Amino acid sequence: MDVRRKLEILADAAKYDASCASSGSTGTRRDARLGSTEGMGICHSYTPDGRCVSLLKILLTNYCLYDCRFCVNRASSDTPRARFTVAEVVNLTVEFYRRNYIEGLFLSSGIIQSVHYTMEQLVAVAKSLRVDHGFGGYVHLKLIPGAAPELIAEAGRWADRLSANIELPTTQDLQQLAPEKKRPEIVGTMDAVAEKIDERAADRKAGLAAPNFAPAGQSTQMVVGATPTPDGTILGTADDLYRRQKLRRVYYSAYSPTPHADARLPGLSPPLLREHRLYQADWLLRFYGFRVGEVIATDANLALDVDPKLAWALAHRDWFPIDVNTACRELLLRVPGLGVRNVNRILAIRRHHALTTDDLRKLRVNWKSAAPFVVTGDHNPGLRLLDTVGLKKAVQPTLFDGIDPS
Amino acid sequence: MIVTAANFDEWRTACRGLLASEVPPSAVHFTDGTEASLFAGEGIPPATSSKYCVPPPFLALAEKVACHREPQRWARLYRALWRLTHGEPHLLDLATDDDVHWLARAEKAVRRDAHKMKAFVRFRRVGEHFVAWHRPDHRIVRLTASFFARRFPEMHWSILTPDESVTWDGDQLHFGPGVPAKDAPPPDVLEGLWKTYYRATFNPARIKLKMMKKELPVRHWPTLPETAIIADLLAEAPVRVAEMVAHAEGPARSAAAFLPPHRDLASLREAATGCTACDLCGPATQTVFGEGKADARIVLVGEQPGDQEDREGRPFLGPAGEVLNAAMHAAGLDRGAVYVTNAVKHFKFSMSGLFRQHRTADVREVNACQPWLAAELDLIRPAVVVCLGATATQAVLGRPFRFADRRGEVVPLESHARAIATYHPAAVLRAPTPERAAEMRADLIRHLAVARGLAG
Repeated sequence: MDVRRKLEILADAAKYDASCASSGSTGTRRDARLGSTEGMGICHSYTPDGRCVSLLKILLTNYCLYDCRFCVNRASSDTPRARFTVAEVVNLTVEFYRRNYIEGLFLSSGIIQSVHYTMEQLVAVAKSLRVDHGFGGYVHLKLIPGAAPELIAEAGRWADRLSANIELPTTQDLQQLAPEKKRPEIVGTMDAVAEKIDERAADRKAGLAAPNFAPAGQSTQMVVGATPTPDGTILGTADDLYRRQKLRRVYYSAYSPTPHADARLPGLSPPLLREHRLYQADWLLRFYGFRVGEVIATDANLALDVDPKLAWALAHRDWFPIDVNTACRELLLRVPGLGVRNVNRILAIRRHHALTTDDLRKLRVNWKSAAPFVVTGDHNPGLRLLDTVGLKKAVQPTLFDGIDPS
Repeated sequence: MIVTAANFDEWRTACRGLLASEVPPSAVHFTDGTEASLFAGEGIPPATSSKYCVPPPFLALAEKVACHREPQRWARLYRALWRLTHGEPHLLDLATDDDVHWLARAEKAVRRDAHKMKAFVRFRRVGEHFVAWHRPDHRIVRLTASFFARRFPEMHWSILTPDESVTWDGDQLHFGPGVPAKDAPPPDVLEGLWKTYYRATFNPARIKLKMMKKELPVRHWPTLPETAIIADLLAEAPVRVAEMVAHAEGPARSAAAFLPPHRDLASLREAATGCTACDLCGPATQTVFGEGKADARIVLVGEQPGDQEDREGRPFLGPAGEVLNAAMHAAGLDRGAVYVTNAVKHFKFSMSGLFRQHRTADVREVNACQPWLAAELDLIRPAVVVCLGATATQAVLGRPFRFADRRGEVVPLESHARAIATYHPAAVLRAPTPERAAEMRADLIRHLAVARGLAG
């Protein structure tokens, strides 16, 4: 089989992993002869599905011993199979990188022979890139749950980011759809990475020259919509991961119809809006100071018609109106339509003069959502809506939003 | 007064002089030297040491805004500078101020353009040199050149734009004049492979074209090789999705639905005759269910019935059955005291001439048939399960258990029974050499004896 055909099969098989981030790494590695990482990731292209192409996202092989129901590469699927050699992946990465097609490599793999062997192969690719080619670009390695601690340590040395997929939000879901994967093994692998990261930070603090360990931290992915588990449970799991394992990102992947899909799975079209709402709620947890219980109850689903922040505000009208000229940062972050950056701007401006409705519009806050909830330095006619029955209807986005009436 | 500045350094030098002699913004007209002016360059006061201190964030902002194409940038910058130094030191905090607002938006446009340049430059290999032609919105070649030098220090490369070009010789950056689109380098051989990747990584089940165009503006498409296939990708998307859906494997891939509500071995056997959970039921003659003692201490699990078993409806009758009987005898086991069954209950074959040639059952067939085996083991509750061959091992112990490495090992099962994996008697018959056959037969006998020991 030629490289082109292998690339076709193994890129196709890898595309259901949502993560594409190439950000978060600290400065470029010393001795890098090709490539750099400067904190901010770069999306080199976009495909018509609206997703960015940042990393060369491929599997080393899609042969797999496991039979996870939601996975296109499960053992019982009749999807075409292929396997790259370590040298082929290294070569492809370097040549694509030189032409500025990509930021680096995102390598995952089906499990062949054993967890140990598979992890060794993944590590061999990263090591060859760093050592043989002086590659300084971004490398994201997938960790195989249950991999030996020595292999995790070595993976962290060569990779910028590591991730072990939690796959499904609850242990029961995992048992049902991915019987060979065990929750304690997955979480154990994440713990091992978190520990190593902490260890390195402590060494550095103590003035020791500790070698690199996954400078861009670790992330994970959850498949959403393959089981009836509600959003509240999903976010609870994510919140736990952010706190305990200090993950940088949890990716939610709407279960999408895959070729050769197992019929035990629901639906045909992926629940994209639900995925979007989960990301919005995730942001509220991480950047807006919301606790998971405030955003959603454990057994409930997020509303699809309004975003979670607006939904919270509609349910807590007694918190409003909030005066943009006097309220503290924590309160301003709770106003629908105000983002973190605009809150920072508001705090800077109001030291010099009081903000008016015009000022807020100029900052491009989502005025339609924000107007009924804020008091400004001048008259704000939108405020009268706050105590009306039709508030939700008034602030809900419509098809005509964003069309300038003038 | 008319001041001409072509770049940031010229503007900065001019402004030092203007500020030193307190020339207010209203008294200066800036041009960027693109239009000819009769009065340009006259009477700029010389730069003397200034009493004013300019905050570093403003300089960083000005350096970016200077790359903007809009001619009014110099005047806007000077006015902001004037206000900063004349009583409004906090001006930059006021994001809603008209000047600050304009400058912030201009800076954002330049920053975005520079970011897109870092993303969308596509090098093409010309001999040992890598060359790219790119059309940025603003004059950002100098702003981004150092990024490419840091990223590709070992390569020799050039980036050509209509305004300016830059070359890295492995040691230093050299700036040169603009280059028109017609002088862009020829396509690189690797672009075919890149397009292959682009097509494969696209998920035709989710189309978000508007989102894509927002991030990958159409004006950049001509210099990106992968955009040539976008029209094809969109056209074939519905077909690819339909194919995916058509490929979904049918819902009846488990025998669970065929299990009888009341369970004993007789009712199971009866129900299994009508099982259609996989496609093997079609070509096979009949279901071959397990047989033996209902309270056996030992259950032997084979792969699937063979040609003779399929005709007669009983397991392990043919040549493999004879090998098994002989081995059991040698191990001191009585066939009448055990229960014998198969992981898959139908014969899988392909026709080779007039013969029905055995074919190994695949994972889906093993999975589909699993409930029968599970129900048999549940009813019999044996002390030991002997897995004959890799397929039976897979059905009893799961996929990650490697038959080749762990044959002969005693493994506890969830049901408190213990399992042992050994060769299938048919494998003994197919051994490449008589010596190998003897070895395998000896192993089979030894493992059966272990099973007998475990059963007590």
